[in-house]
Amino acid sequence: MAYMHIGKDFVPPDVPGKVTGRIKYAEDYARDGMVYARLLTSPVPHGRVVNIDASEALAMEGVFGILTADDVYPDGEPQSPGLKVLTNEPTLMGEPILAVAAVDEKTAENAIAAIELTIERLPFVLDPLDSLEEGGANAYNGGNTFIFRQGFAEEKWTSDQVESFRSGNEPTAEAQQSWEYGDLEAGFAASDFVHETTFSTAGYPHMSMEPRSAMAYWENGKCFLHGTSQSLSAIAEPMAAIVGVPLEDFVFINEATGGGFGQRARAGSIPSMAIPAKLSLKINRPVMMRVSREEEFTIGGARQGLQGWIKVGFKSDGTMAAMDMYCVSDNGGKGGGGDANSAAAGVSALYQTEAMRFRNTSIGTNTGHRGAQRGPGENQIMAVVAPILDKAAEELGLDRLAIRKLNAAQNGDVSGPRSTPFTSAYMPEALQQGADQFDWEGKKGRSRQTNGSKVRGLGIGQGYHNAGRSGMDGIVRLMPNGRLQVHNGIGNLGTYSYASTSRAAAEVLKMDWENCDVVTGRTDRHLPITSPQDGSNSIFTNTRTCFGAAQDLLAKMKEIAAMDLGGETADYDVDGTRVHQIADNTVGMTYAEVAQRGIELGGKFSGESDLPEELNTLTTLSVSRLAGSALMGIYHDPRHSDNPPGFTVTYTEIELDKETGKFEILDMVTIAECGTVVHPQGLANQLRGGAVWGIGLSVLERHLYDPQNGLPASSGYWQSKIPTYLDTPAEIGTGWVDLPDPENPVGARGIGEPAMGAVSAALNAAISDALGGHLFDTSPVTTDMIINHIAGVSEEAKPLAQNNFRG
Amino acid sequence: MNPKLTRRRFIKGVIASGAAATSTTIWYTANGQSRPAGAVERMIRININGQMRNVDVAPQETLASTLRYKLGLTGTKLGCNRGECGACTVLVNDIPSYACSVLTHSVKNMRVESVEGLESANGDLHPVQQAFVDELSPQCGYCTPGQVMSAVGLLRSNPNPTREEARQGMAGNICRCGSYDSYLNGVMRAAQIG
Repeated sequence: MAYMHIGKDFVPPDVPGKVTGRIKYAEDYARDGMVYARLLTSPVPHGRVVNIDASEALAMEGVFGILTADDVYPDGEPQSPGLKVLTNEPTLMGEPILAVAAVDEKTAENAIAAIELTIERLPFVLDPLDSLEEGGANAYNGGNTFIFRQGFAEEKWTSDQVESFRSGNEPTAEAQQSWEYGDLEAGFAASDFVHETTFSTAGYPHMSMEPRSAMAYWENGKCFLHGTSQSLSAIAEPMAAIVGVPLEDFVFINEATGGGFGQRARAGSIPSMAIPAKLSLKINRPVMMRVSREEEFTIGGARQGLQGWIKVGFKSDGTMAAMDMYCVSDNGGKGGGGDANSAAAGVSALYQTEAMRFRNTSIGTNTGHRGAQRGPGENQIMAVVAPILDKAAEELGLDRLAIRKLNAAQNGDVSGPRSTPFTSAYMPEALQQGADQFDWEGKKGRSRQTNGSKVRGLGIGQGYHNAGRSGMDGIVRLMPNGRLQVHNGIGNLGTYSYASTSRAAAEVLKMDWENCDVVTGRTDRHLPITSPQDGSNSIFTNTRTCFGAAQDLLAKMKEIAAMDLGGETADYDVDGTRVHQIADNTVGMTYAEVAQRGIELGGKFSGESDLPEELNTLTTLSVSRLAGSALMGIYHDPRHSDNPPGFTVTYTEIELDKETGKFEILDMVTIAECGTVVHPQGLANQLRGGAVWGIGLSVLERHLYDPQNGLPASSGYWQSKIPTYLDTPAEIGTGWVDLPDPENPVGARGIGEPAMGAVSAALNAAISDALGGHLFDTSPVTTDMIINHIAGVSEEAKPLAQNNFRG
Repeated sequence: MNPKLTRRRFIKGVIASGAAATSTTIWYTANGQSRPAGAVERMIRININGQMRNVDVAPQETLASTLRYKLGLTGTKLGCNRGECGACTVLVNDIPSYACSVLTHSVKNMRVESVEGLESANGDLHPVQQAFVDELSPQCGYCTPGQVMSAVGLLRSNPNPTREEARQGMAGNICRCGSYDSYLNGVMRAAQIG
């Protein structure tokens, strides 16, 4: 289908501001009379505040006030996992206990130094298996795990059970969570190759470039909060609740966000933004709270680490007949995350496993707050499974590409415990397109070729994530000057989907992009509810809402034209500047004229009545404030049932030096299968950025904690090293299948997370290939592990270690 | 990284000024109003983006703090404030330098350029900025001003770099979004049009 805007590049409106430094992040704002907050954070990984004596601090010149957990939670802290605004019961080192506001940060720091904090040190634990073992410490005050709707609980295994698991055996304890489908026993019985192993994947911090600084002030009873998030509108209502202000009196301002990656999607993952808001209310001054890199590490979240056991069976033709997976998930100090479940569901979706069982137990540790991080679960497990798939191909005498094509998801397939159908799926096409672009047939003969100390390795990886939601709202306005205003509440993280999804509305109305404005950046610009920009959903979800709102506007334009100029609405069409009769295009109205007429008519035309049923609370509030200002299109997107997938395929070739354990990526190509492409440059950026993240997962990034004191040793960019220019290829090839999805009006689905998973899978597969098919069953595969393997030194000393060195 | 403004020299400078040499302390004291002991002149003139600016600078104050919090030039970002990420990169006498790791007093006789100084008087973007727009190099944008300044510095010293030279030249700037490839495309385009 030929589109005006879909599939075309454009300059998103915020890009000039990014290259000139003009666009403002939360810390770039200032207000007259603004004071500065600093945090007193927990000096221990697990403790209980006994007393806070701030009398000396509060008497210091230039100190304006203090905020403690008792101020935030006068009825007591919620007894649930998850970050709190402030706490008297810290469960990770560096958790905020109180904040002091002063004339400048130095004074605030001096005041904090003058506070006498009495804290009871409690036992702490860094590895879930240490906590699971009888007599092991519990990370939380009420136990070491949290059962939904039941509360904190204690989960313990016998020492023999823990030791058996550590020795590589299937865990025998009952799991907290499980599902299965198909006949697992029959699947393994029919398998000609079965691989069984324990595995581990590391937790590591998000490390967004922008620390989560925030500034707040109050005017005329309204709270204005400059913050950082992955969604302007989805975060507004829950954030207002945390601050303690009615939604109608809360303004969230967030023109740009310096990275999110899952940890700024929900208000509950950034409650620290409420600190300046509550302090500002208490001392009646604007409050800026700058967050340092170390603090960002502590409260900025981390990927869940997994310790697991997996058994996979393949039939002689390569069909993945059965998979049995048991995970122990690291819930960290403020536990949460569904990585293990997503990992299992991801394998089911990607490899169409005929029979599958999943079991999981989640255990807290006194380490970083866990939550969603780019492809949570799917991306860790793909790095473990891809080398196993190659091992199966080798043992069964199959081609590595052929075994992937055989198990690939395609139209009509289902996945997961509920056998949910895909909205569409073209993985075989993606595999072939990648093979052609990479020249797999030409290069695969270089596998394991040596040149002196160097050896080549080739890898194929696949990525998946559910990539679309529904149930959100859209608002568009045709203004009296003829311009289209698309209200969009997606966060501005740099995917540019806030702008690219808005173009679906311009497409419906056939308008030049120059005549359209994206209204975003702050909630008092009256935004519709959107799903948070996470889960790779934005493209699918918000093209649906923008398209739907524009369709509503289009229908109203035609109705007004028919009313004023005669005929039926079906007699009219639009050309981007006029609504006109199809039979005689000289009979019509300009967009400006029809907008003005809509305002005059009022009622449903200008948003004053006949709103769609089930419109969300924030959208209803926004429409009420916009009513009468324009001819309005308003839409509530109905729920859809199927699973819109985002699929990726990566091919890579590396050269590994067996003397140093280091390798160079010689070539890398990633193909996206995400429906119709909406914004090619944006998609390419997601694929390249995902590749960098995949490299980090595969070989670099991990939490490190001092086992004696629980001190985080990876709080900076150096210790938990994220990939740099020199760790990544100078060029990363990209491509896309570009076949439309039937459940999206422009055929599009999302892609951000699978872009990473395919690369981590391909890279680990290539390392395994270079080492003759050795399986590390872990991520990251570090240089030390490679060199130890080559040297014949076992790297299996502590194969399931979490939050510390492996072995 | 500016070879003349090494971390060692920075730390020596801090010690000489009487302040503790830890990055976190510098962060918080840089904005303090209290007067430290010593006879260091506080009101100095520095050349920022071609203009001589009078500014009250504490002895231990970093250039990033002066730019952002004294002169309102918030295009210079602080990602780590300890010389790891490059988001605060500015040019000091044409050399890319981490503004979080440079004492303002040490540059008072030098030319400092921040991202705000690149546009021409008529509003045209610098070729690097325009190339970054054309290639959609930024993602979240927080590291972008630093990437821009490193690229400008690189192209002044090497107007026609190979892609590998550009990769090496930009290696002091981290991008968590992973937009390295797109930034390199921008650098190479800027070299062509520059």
